[in-house]
Order: sequence, then structure tokens, then C-alpha cells
Amino acid sequence: MSETRILNRAALGELIAALTAAGQRVLAPVEDDGRVEFREVTDADRLALDYVQTVTSAKAVVFPRFERMLRFAMRGKDVTVEEVPPASPPTVLLGAHPCDAASFATLRAVFTWDSGDAYCEPKLAALTVVGLSCARGDDFCFCTSVGGGPADARGCDILLSALDEKTYRAEILTERGRALVDLAPGAFQPGAGAKPRPVAAILPRFAAAELTEKLPELFGDASVWRQQSLRCLGCGSCAYVCPTCTCFDIQDERSRYDAMRVRTWDACGFGHFTLHASGHNPRGKQSERWRQRVMHKFAYQPARLQVLGCVGCGRCSRSCPVDMNLGEHLERLAATAAGSE
Amino acid sequence: MDTLQTFASAKLAAGEVKIVIGYQAGSDATRARPAFVSDTAEAASLIYDDRCRQNLAVYLLKPEVRAAGRAAVVCGPATLRTLLQYAAENRIAADAVVAIAVDADGTVTELADLEAVETHVARQPRGLTPEQQAEIDRIDALPLGERWQWWSRELGRCFKCYACRAACPLCYCSRCITDVNQPQWIPVAADPLGNLEWNVVRAMHLAGRCVDCGSCAEACPQGIRIDLLNRVLAREAVVDFGVAAGVSRRKDYALASFKPDDKEEFIR
Ligand code: SF4
Ligand code: SF4
Ligand code: SF4
Ligand code: SF4
Repeated sequence: MSETRILNRAALGELIAALTAAGQRVLAPVEDDGRVEFREVTDADRLALDYVQTVTSAKAVVFPRFERMLRFAMRGKDVTVEEVPPASPPTVLLGAHPCDAASFATLRAVFTWDSGDAYCEPKLAALTVVGLSCARGDDFCFCTSVGGGPADARGCDILLSALDEKTYRAEILTERGRALVDLAPGAFQPGAGAKPRPVAAILPRFAAAELTEKLPELFGDASVWRQQSLRCLGCGSCAYVCPTCTCFDIQDERSRYDAMRVRTWDACGFGHFTLHASGHNPRGKQSERWRQRVMHKFAYQPARLQVLGCVGCGRCSRSCPVDMNLGEHLERLAATAAGSE
Repeated sequence: MDTLQTFASAKLAAGEVKIVIGYQAGSDATRARPAFVSDTAEAASLIYDDRCRQNLAVYLLKPEVRAAGRAAVVCGPATLRTLLQYAAENRIAADAVVAIAVDADGTVTELADLEAVETHVARQPRGLTPEQQAEIDRIDALPLGERWQWWSRELGRCFKCYACRAACPLCYCSRCITDVNQPQWIPVAADPLGNLEWNVVRAMHLAGRCVDCGSCAEACPQGIRIDLLNRVLAREAVVDFGVAAGVSRRKDYALASFKPDDKEEFIR
């Protein structure tokens, strides 16, 4: 059994202040212009912990939307190349829901695979996740279909669960979680409290493992993918709000005399995704790129990295301009794969 | 009275069109989704209500949709304007599409060609909603420094997902300037400079072409009011060049045409 403490809502300010004083950058859900997003906080004033889900995910903490990697300059015949060292400030992600906590396992699997990623790895190593069980969800949440759940502790260093309006139970799950408690001992009280409040009821809609097994059979069925993706506009919204999408692009920008190498997010929705220099694109059609999105997350990543590329947060579907509902599409695919359609 | 569904199913049954591009109920009570109906039975699922705000004309240029054959499109006022703008920009042929016009009062009319679309559009009221006008006036009235701050904050959220571009029927360039990297016109980073350049370049490219459907801002996951930029530029295009987009199927694009009697000295 993990160790438990009590954290009063009233002590959140003290906790954030202590962490900040200890040199930690604290990111937490706050409300801004009517939207809840993870932002850097130095006090508890703007915390919006009763949220269902933020619009964009917290992945930018370890995989920013753009990152400078190199600078180079040419003066006459002299060329200088300067590396931009990765910035990885010690960071606490406070109040992220279990799906977001789980997403770091996918990011870790991708960015530590093979040679490891010099920019992402140190940020992952500097991150502590204080999760928060979900009191409510919405129709777009499907964590329980992809191995997660509203009180799932995987990926959390500490998991907070509401005992009542004013108190959380804090489960300390890792060494890193313990170290965080040590930075702000005054904010935590001893004890486990009574039973936590019930969490959101998210009914499973399909079995991810079965889907993973059956997807390769559907790969060649062009009509399925066309039918699902005909309305897709081919933008980057679903990939950019997603906590587990990791595709990136590297570009040199400015001029040949003064340039920077920048890494930015990429998205499989875009028409020029995987476009070759020759002009050939192995995924030239939107339906092929939609298939890639589904196969990558639910077939290739589980096969290669033993982790799903989706945590069921529902962000892609909430943000899609044409109401592409991933949970619904997956449910259909699972049913098709099972031969009941 | 004919309804949207009976119209759609009649067109399909008669073989006049192969596909009807319309709206279906979406994931919840606040969402509709585009639908591509090719069989008469499915026509019953078509809807038209307040949720149906997306400009469906955007699909007329998509190769996957084009491949389905001649289309009928369910059109609110802005979608009708888009058809005219498409014709003016040589994107669609005069008889390429059947417009199923739905007016504000729910009246459904079939517009078999672009001449009929033009007549129909001319009869419809056009203009900004009080909310849009008030927001533009508010920003216009801000001192320059504050206006800059407001836009910097607004555009600061942009992460270059290009949903605005994808949803916009007039953003149809096969290779967008922002995707060109030799030379690189627009900084790729979603930082203040990159975001400003992207959004301003996009707005400029739509000046005098934007049909004011609002689909760009509706699509933006970051809730950025890019529609306001386009609306102000549409206003400026009318003031400076006397042309509004989407009124005629034969019209020169203000920023790409030349008149010997132009009022500006420098260009003559
Ligand atoms: S599924 Fe939606 S968000 Fe994703 S690329 Fe297509 S239109 Fe954009
Ligand atoms: S694919 Fe969609 S539901 Fe899955 S993790 Fe990404 S944003 Fe969330
Ligand atoms: S710029 Fe926006 S409002 Fe104008 S036509 Fe494009 S999507 Fe519609
Ligand atoms: S849709 Fe919004 S966030 Fe995406 S590129 Fe356009 S303005 Fe930026």
C-alpha cells in the first residue's frame, strides 16, 4: 500500500508557494477567457480544479510546440554552429487528470526509444505529476476503453482524490512524489481520511486489446477509412491538442547567413505529412492519413512500444471542427473488426 | 411544403446529383457534423438548424468529395456567397453544383445554377451581427498600444494547427505560403513573430475574398477571434475598392486586378 496524506484545499496556496520557493515551476489548470488550460502558477488564486478537461494537453511541458535546437551563422567564409541546450526546469504538473498523467508513458516510450531524445528526456526526468481523480467527465471521455480510468494512479507521482468539498486524500506513489511532499511538509497532514467521493462513471465502449489485434485486418479496407474520414478537413487540431501525439518536423529558418534549426509539432492530418522530396506521398489521401492516425495509436505503438498511443482524454473530438468523434469511430471499428457489422 | 430531406432525396432519385453535402446531428446537442449522402434513404437524416454553421462549400474542392460526382450542397447564406466567389475565382463551373438554399426562416429553395444563386443572394440581408460589430468597434476604439496588446495576447495562443485554413473555403491554395520553405516566408515557430506573420498574411490573402462565414474562428481550437481580422479587412476592401466578396459570379479580385483609372497615383 502506498503512503497517504491529507491535503486541504486551503493549503494549496502554501503548497504552490513552497514548491516555487524550492525552484520548481508549477503548472496547474487555471481559467482564462472562459477556457481552462495548464498555466504556470505561483499561487492558488486562479486554480480551476473542478474542470472536466483542458482544451490543450500538458504535453508541451516535455515536448514544446516549438523548440530551438541549433543556431548557425555565416560571415564570409566563417561558419559558426552553436547548439541550443535543452531547457528542462524542474516542473510540477499539479491537478492533471489520470489520462494526462498516463500520457507521459506514451511520450516516454517514444522519446526514449532507440537513441533517446536529447530534448525531451531531460524534461521527462525533471517532471513530477500530481494527478487529480475526475469527479466528472463528459461524453467525449473514453479512458476506461483504453486501459485507464477516472481514479487511475498510473503515471502519477501523487494522486489526489476528493474526500469532500475541502479535502483531498493524497496517495504518495513514487520516490519523486515523496520528495515533493518533503519540499512542502507543512501543506500535508497525516492520515488517509474516510472513503473518497465517487469518481466519474465512464463506461467502457470497446476493448482496446481486441481492437489492436483486429486493426491489421482492416488496413486494406479502403471504404471503411474513406467513410470515416470524408468530412475530415486535414488540419492539425486533433494532433496538437492530443497529449500523446509525438510527430514533429525539423526546419531551418531565417536566412542562410543567420539561421536556426527549430523543431515544431507535425500532424498526420496535414496534406504534406510524409510528403517526400520526390513529390511522392505514401499517404496522399486524407483517408490514408486518418488510417495512419488510428493505426499508429492503436496498432503500431502497442506492437512496437507496448503502449497505446491514446489515453482517451477526448480532446481531439472536442476540438475537431467537423465533429470527428474518435471514441465513436473506434467503437465502429471494433464492431467491424469483431465481424458484427 | 418541400423539406430539405425530400429535396435531397428527389435530386438523388432523379440522378441529377450523385451526392448531397449537408448536415447531420453531431455528438451532442450543440454540434452538427457534415454529411455526405448518396442514397435516398439516408436523406432523412439531414438536418438544418442553429448548429449548422460550418461552410460546406469547402468540400467542393476536395478531391475525395469531387470524385463522388456532381453534388448538391445545403447552403446557408454564407455558403451561397462562397459559390459565387468560387465561380469568380474560376474554382467551379456554372453548372457544377446544385445549391439547396435554406433561408433564415427555414424556407428551402433549389437554385439550379449560379445565376439563380446570384439573384437569391442579392435578396438576402447581409451584415455583421450586433455582437460582431460591437467587438470590432471596441477594438477599433482602443489606443494603438492596447490594441497591439490585445492582438498579441489573442494571437499568442495560436499553435499553428491551421484548422482556420482547413475550414476556410477560400483558403484553397494547393501549396500555402506558410508551407513553403525555400524561401521561407513565414517563420515556422508558433512564437509571437511566427504567429503574427501567419495570421496577418492569411488575413491579407483573404481581403476582398472572405465571404464572412465565420468558419475559421469556429474551427480554431484556441478560440482566437481571427474572424474579426477578416471582417475588418472585408470592410476596408469595400471602402477602398468598392467590392464585397460573394455577390457576383463574375468579378475581379480587388488585390489582383488593374484598372487604368485607378484612384491611386502610384499604380497608374
Ligand atoms: S479529424 Fe478533425 S481535427 Fe483532426 S485533422 Fe480532421 S478535421 Fe482536423
Ligand atoms: S487521440 Fe484523442 S482521445 Fe486519444 S489521447 Fe489523443 S486527444 Fe486524447
Ligand atoms: S476567412 Fe473565415 S470568415 Fe472568411 S471565408 Fe474564410 S472561413 Fe469564412
Ligand atoms: S486555427 Fe487558431 S490556433 Fe490553429 S492556426 Fe488558425 S489561428 Fe492558429
